Amino acid sequence: MTKPDMKKSRAPQYFLAMALLISAVGLLQSWNSALSILNMGLISAIMALGVNLQWGYAGLFNVGVMGFVALGGLAVVLTSMPPVPAAWSAGGGRIVAALVVGVAIIAGAAVLWKKMPKGRTRGLVLTAFLVAGFFLFRFLLDPAVAAIEAVDPAVSGYLGGLGLPVMLAWPVGGILAAGAAWLVAKTALGLRSDYLAIATLGIAEIILAVMKNEDWLSRGVKNVNGLPRPVPNEIDLQNAQWFLDMMTRFGMDPTTGSSIFVKLLYALLFLAVIILIVTAMELALKSPWGRMMRAIRDNEVAAEAMGKNVTGRHLQIFVLGAAIIGVAGAMMTTLDGQLTPTTYQPLRYTFLVWVMVIVGGSGNNWGAVLGGMLIWFLWIEVEPIGAWIVNVITSGMDDGSAFKAGLIERVAYMRYLTMGVILLVVLRFSPRGLLPEK
Amino acid sequence: MDILNALVAFANFVLIPATAYGAQLALGALGVTLIYGVLRFSNFAHGETMSFGAMVVVLVTALFQSWGISLGPLPTALLALPFGIAVTALLLLTTDRVVYKFYRKVKAAPVMLVIVSTGVMFVMNGIVRMVVGTEDRRFADGARFLVNARDFKAWSGLDEGLAIKTTQVITVVVALITVAALFWFLNKTRTGKSMRAFSDNEDLALLSGINPERVVTITWLLVAALATIAGALYGLDKSFKPFIYQQLLLPVFAAAIVGGIGNPLGAIAGGFVIAFSEVTLTYAFKKVITYLGPDSWSPDGLVQLLSTDYKFAVSFAILIIVLLFKPTGLFKGQSI
Repeated sequence: MTKPDMKKSRAPQYFLAMALLISAVGLLQSWNSALSILNMGLISAIMALGVNLQWGYAGLFNVGVMGFVALGGLAVVLTSMPPVPAAWSAGGGRIVAALVVGVAIIAGAAVLWKKMPKGRTRGLVLTAFLVAGFFLFRFLLDPAVAAIEAVDPAVSGYLGGLGLPVMLAWPVGGILAAGAAWLVAKTALGLRSDYLAIATLGIAEIILAVMKNEDWLSRGVKNVNGLPRPVPNEIDLQNAQWFLDMMTRFGMDPTTGSSIFVKLLYALLFLAVIILIVTAMELALKSPWGRMMRAIRDNEVAAEAMGKNVTGRHLQIFVLGAAIIGVAGAMMTTLDGQLTPTTYQPLRYTFLVWVMVIVGGSGNNWGAVLGGMLIWFLWIEVEPIGAWIVNVITSGMDDGSAFKAGLIERVAYMRYLTMGVILLVVLRFSPRGLLPEK
Repeated sequence: MDILNALVAFANFVLIPATAYGAQLALGALGVTLIYGVLRFSNFAHGETMSFGAMVVVLVTALFQSWGISLGPLPTALLALPFGIAVTALLLLTTDRVVYKFYRKVKAAPVMLVIVSTGVMFVMNGIVRMVVGTEDRRFADGARFLVNARDFKAWSGLDEGLAIKTTQVITVVVALITVAALFWFLNKTRTGKSMRAFSDNEDLALLSGINPERVVTITWLLVAALATIAGALYGLDKSFKPFIYQQLLLPVFAAAIVGGIGNPLGAIAGGFVIAFSEVTLTYAFKKVITYLGPDSWSPDGLVQLLSTDYKFAVSFAILIIVLLFKPTGLFKGQSI
């Protein structure tokens, strides 16, 4: 009886320590950086919650986190940016027609595969059908793409979004990511576990390739700037009388104050989302469904013998986890205020999230939240700490020495090494993480 | 109609680059498949291993160049290759002792080893960046072309020049030698046979007195050689970018799975299947079709099936098709 209680009592201490760490940044560096770390930490925590759902609850290895994060970002553009009427009239209808035809071709191929008798004829007919379909699709798509991308390429050159409130993009991001996850999981689940990993690695690269190249959709590498925000603008705050009054009451500089105020608002929004997700996940975990999930994870054969549909449940949980990651991706792009497809790197967005889950404690939602915040904190702070150490070590050296300059340059890459070592050490010596599964 | 020119253009832009790329992928996939066959996990650190090996080759090459050592028309990197292999082998064996050995002892699930390998990937990535930074390095020296486009035009009288880079020929030759040596080792030597026995049936191999740790050590040595050669050849052919090897992971995995993971012959076939599909589907065929069509006729567009940025999509699509219809791969690999 005492054991679970002891474990339970560790969580508040860790979260308190986390709060102290962030406050230390506030006191030593600036409150602006502290709040930036907090906000991205909260978003990372949500990504970690999604991965934890897949890995901790079901033992599914998802290496495509980056792709789902990026899809969330795309959702923000598609939902909240105002539509570009000139682009829509230039080729909008044709694009939609091309996409409908594309889906119809794939559906038709699936029907052909099911209806035709097995044999060489089926293979040939199907190949011919797909090749013809591909050319038809390109015939419809290409002129429309050219027309759209020609519309004022410096500022738009894409279809724009739906012009809806930006908060709506968060669930939309989840839905997009869930759709992509369903496609991957449908093909790769039920095979060996590594295959799912490799398939997710692939889908992430493709999602990113689409976002970088399909300018009509996402402006590609030209980025989308000036996304709508769910919170007031700093400049507007600095001109608002009530805000200036408040700042004089606190004795703060309105410029710094406004940016801190905005970051606090974001933090509140993100906290609300985390509380919602964690509550839902905890309730699900305690429900019969959660018990079934853990039973499947711990012994698939036994669960299958009990009549549970293992592949079906895996599909369900994989899609749910990806949806959570998609929501986090949409939140991140909202916070950034811009979509820059080139910034998505697998090490940063896929494997770092894995470090968060493993360090936090796989299978434990609070662990995932803690891991997300802590690892993000380290990811940001290892560099300045390393630079500081190098400075102390080399303080006796001549300022112009190449060795010193080299050391300072190298320290920038130390965080990759640090993250790898942290992951390996935790896996080896404390595989259950900081907050083990109860 | 001008079939000769069309053929030359096709060879120049599709056949030759795809053959060289296929050889590089095949070597990479062989490494992945060996690890899978013996250690039974998909090594996500393999791309970084290639990067690390190539990095050592780059550094040793620079050292040799500063000493004035060269191979004449051949790139100095060939001389540096054994040193690259040795250092990479040292790194892999150390990694095995410090990291992987424990998980073998506790008989951890394969997926645990996959996650562990991502930790190793981070560490190797950090090491490479800390040693050489992130910028591009060209380290190919010696003759640039074996067949020069201008000379070929003068010799053949065709409009289309054929260019064969020295690095492309070296890639294929070195890959052939490596593969021949590997197959000789696996099929003819006692150690190689014990490795295959271990891969086929671990329990049976243990019963017949094969020392598993020895098999593992030899596997890592072979993987070090394969990864370094693959990484160095890729770097010679293009240029050495620490980032690029991370992106090679997907085509390399795809090649290994398409061929049947755990099957060395399949890895080679898979490498070429992926390379040829990638290059063919992303090449703009305008030139070739212009030559083939009637006089003074040329297609409007580039006749490119997919933009080059979608080359990952090609590996991925092939991977998915194989997973859907033949999960054991073209050659029979291990299905479980």
